[in-house]
Amino acid sequence: MKKVQKITGGIMMGTTALSVIIIIAIIIIMLVVIIIGGKDQLSWKFLTSFPEEGMTKGGIFPAIFGTALMVLIMSVAAVPLGAITAIYLTEYAKDRSWIAISVRFAVRTLAMVPSIIFGLFGLGFFIKFVGGGMDQAFFGGHLTWAQPNILWASLTMALLTLPVVIVSVEESIRTVPRELREASLALGATKWQTIRKIVLPGSRSGILTGTILAVSRGAGEVAPILFTGAAYYLATLPRGLSDQFMSLGYHVYIMSTQSVNVDQTLPIQFATTLVLLMLTFSLNLVAVIIRSRLRKSH
Amino acid sequence: MKEIKIKTKDLTLYYGSKMALNSISVEIPQNQVTALIGPSGCGKSTFLRTLNRMNDLIPNVRITGEVLVDNFNIYDKNVDSVNLRKKVGMVFQKSNPFAKSIFENVAYGPRINGVNDKKKLTEIVETSLQRAAIWDEVKDRMHDSALGLSGGQQQRLCIARTMAVDPEIILMDEPASALDPISTSKIEELIFNLKENYTIIIVTHNMQQAARVSDHTAFFYMGELVEFGKTKKIFTVPVKKQTEDYITGRFG
Amino acid sequence: MNSENNNGIPGQEEQKPGTELTGQPAETTEVNTSKFVFSNESLKKQMRPSEFFAEKIITGVAFLSIAVIILIFLFVFRETLPIFSGKAAKKTELSTAKQETYGEAAAESSSGKQEVYGATDDTVVTTESQAGDSLPSYSGNESVTADQVTLKSLAGKTWMPVSENPRYGLLPLIIGTLKITLISILFAAPLAILAALFSAAFAPRWMREIIKPAIELLAGFPSVVIGFFALMVMATFFQHLFGYETRLNAFVGGVAMALAAIPIIFTVTEDVMTAVPSTYKEASLALGASKWQTAFFVTLPAAAPGIFAAVLLGIGRIFGETMIVLMATGNAAMMSLNPFESVRTLSATIGAEMAEVVFGDTHYNVLFLIGTLLFVFTFALNAIAEFYVKGKLMTRLQGKTS
Repeated sequence: MKKVQKITGGIMMGTTALSVIIIIAIIIIMLVVIIIGGKDQLSWKFLTSFPEEGMTKGGIFPAIFGTALMVLIMSVAAVPLGAITAIYLTEYAKDRSWIAISVRFAVRTLAMVPSIIFGLFGLGFFIKFVGGGMDQAFFGGHLTWAQPNILWASLTMALLTLPVVIVSVEESIRTVPRELREASLALGATKWQTIRKIVLPGSRSGILTGTILAVSRGAGEVAPILFTGAAYYLATLPRGLSDQFMSLGYHVYIMSTQSVNVDQTLPIQFATTLVLLMLTFSLNLVAVIIRSRLRKSH
Repeated sequence: MKEIKIKTKDLTLYYGSKMALNSISVEIPQNQVTALIGPSGCGKSTFLRTLNRMNDLIPNVRITGEVLVDNFNIYDKNVDSVNLRKKVGMVFQKSNPFAKSIFENVAYGPRINGVNDKKKLTEIVETSLQRAAIWDEVKDRMHDSALGLSGGQQQRLCIARTMAVDPEIILMDEPASALDPISTSKIEELIFNLKENYTIIIVTHNMQQAARVSDHTAFFYMGELVEFGKTKKIFTVPVKKQTEDYITGRFG
Repeated sequence: MNSENNNGIPGQEEQKPGTELTGQPAETTEVNTSKFVFSNESLKKQMRPSEFFAEKIITGVAFLSIAVIILIFLFVFRETLPIFSGKAAKKTELSTAKQETYGEAAAESSSGKQEVYGATDDTVVTTESQAGDSLPSYSGNESVTADQVTLKSLAGKTWMPVSENPRYGLLPLIIGTLKITLISILFAAPLAILAALFSAAFAPRWMREIIKPAIELLAGFPSVVIGFFALMVMATFFQHLFGYETRLNAFVGGVAMALAAIPIIFTVTEDVMTAVPSTYKEASLALGASKWQTAFFVTLPAAAPGIFAAVLLGIGRIFGETMIVLMATGNAAMMSLNPFESVRTLSATIGAEMAEVVFGDTHYNVLFLIGTLLFVFTFALNAIAEFYVKGKLMTRLQGKTS
């Protein structure tokens, strides 16, 4: 009887351990395959030169540049808005008030909305509604803003990454001890002074983590920019906010599914994927490290 | 008997529907140390926090009655609690320096009051640290993090920080409960010296401490003020049986 | 310490430096100020503009999230309205419609091949026979057909938006989506839940601190990377393994999608399992149950509502995921239950076709309708997970113990 129990137990526990091993093995295999497939193509020249000959040769510089510019604009929009929302939720909202509950629900829903829906929204709202309105108002109906560009793509992406920032900043604001807030208030500081001078500096690492995670997410997402600004191929870098841009993720997608010759460009595809993966991976790693340090110190 | 600084009239406080303070009426004299004693949960800390309206920050707190400082009701609806707290400072149980330099910790209060002049700030910081009897220990490392100080030093720094705002009254919520005996004696010494300039109210668990530092003592029990009087009298000939039981260690 | 201290300290001398304290507002002596410090004037309610505006602005910004949710629904739904009002056909005249077409760079080089990739060994040349890849050729047709888009035709069995006689039957897309979701949840849920159980119940602390971030790193893989991996590696591998005909199919897509869902399900499940009160476990162990019995018969059932929520969140993720399906499933809209056939999901349809439609076209409106469906569905899933399951979990984990 005891023996049977022990064997069953071993099997049960083994199954759970096996699941962990399978998942981690898949992650490692993915990493290794992509690294092996892309490492030969990867070079300084590949990172810094333009695509050539119908994208069958050359580098991916415009895609790197476009991705960087896009996440930059995105961060400028998403980080302040996300941080302020987090401040509202932790400092101003009364815990059980319907406003706080609705905001929280909205943030969680926002995190769950499929990324392609953000793309549709970007198209319907930013391009058609805002862009179209701007064209009517300032350009006499001349098509300027009512078309996909890097600004609309970045703003669309900002909405998508907003919950990432909010959750991260909120988490870190909550680690600022109540005693410090009380100390500040007891010295005659106002609420806003306390937030500005004590709470925000105390949650710097959370804001940083939130930004990193948002950038990592934004750099990797493709669906929202499919039709809000990413371009298949551009001979020049974007020169303004109303230009389209190339992006790493979109480049991977296009090259692997719609390239003139998928097999011939395979090394380029792997290398591009590797660059994208290294970028998001290292950003995530940094965020995880900052976060676990933060958790340990509290 | 000195002048009366703080006077409460039928001060009653509810957390939600739970009564935490029941009709407290007491007169606290100026430039003296008043100790609040009683078992945990008796309402002494809650009472302390009503005096600078820190309880306002807690949701669902309802307060009736009056707290008169200099015969002025600080619960008047026109009173600005932010300005009030500049005049009624508070030192907490757990030392809570900001994650800033020693200098910036003390300069925090003056700065938010609009003092930006470097020379003036330095002056305030220096006098505050001297008054808190910690100047000699920190004068050479003013720009080091305050978190590097020992527990007792941190607490004295917090006292200096409170004084830098130039309050009239200083509330202390068990300021030495987390400290070793040497640090505790330094804090007590400090409290004793400060009463010339400030009205001090201190919550303490430690009976000997109350006897050593205070001029008056208030004994709280179950949200009520049981007895208030000169410390010497309370500790030698308490009127109420409950007080005697508590002081002699029969409960608490 | 004893009471000697009271007398032993030269208190009088110490006060001297104190009186030197100056520099505070109105350099008045203490005796003087005390008369005026607590008064109606000095403590009068002060208007602080920065305080006021900070609060208003912060509150305003916080509403942004709510506003965005509402706006998303409004603007996605707005573009579907013509379908219901039947005005679709009488929209903008062709010239402006043509002008509004964008993404031409992408369209010109890709429209012809949109559906053909992976066709090397693909029997399906998919629904769309994009014979003429020039856009006007089909935008010219739509006036004939747009009127026919009714709710009935949306329930049709054929998705063929770009043809002489466009048909917008959503059924194959819905079936495709369900098929993919089912396949991938069958892979993801057991793996993730068991892994979470291992991490929460069996793994020593140090191991747990490796497993958790490692699996969470998988969440950081961009879906396009997973899609690429599925397209290039998994598809070939599985084809060799099972020897089926269509290289890109629901099975490959489903497995790839499981990779995207695993971290979500794992993280939520693991959190819930760690939150199961240790009193439960201790009680079980005290009764003589072994570690694994406690894990499977106490921890797992106690966390059940949370696991359910985790699976719902996983389904939501799979349901809306676009890039992986776009790359790994072959994208043929077929009415088939065979997991080794190519499929086309709702989200992939939007992703593949939106870049090539004419603004305001019926096809365009239908794509937005699909978007609305996706949005409503994920919203509902989230609402269920949030209100129903969490409430239940709270009462189970907290209500009973306290």
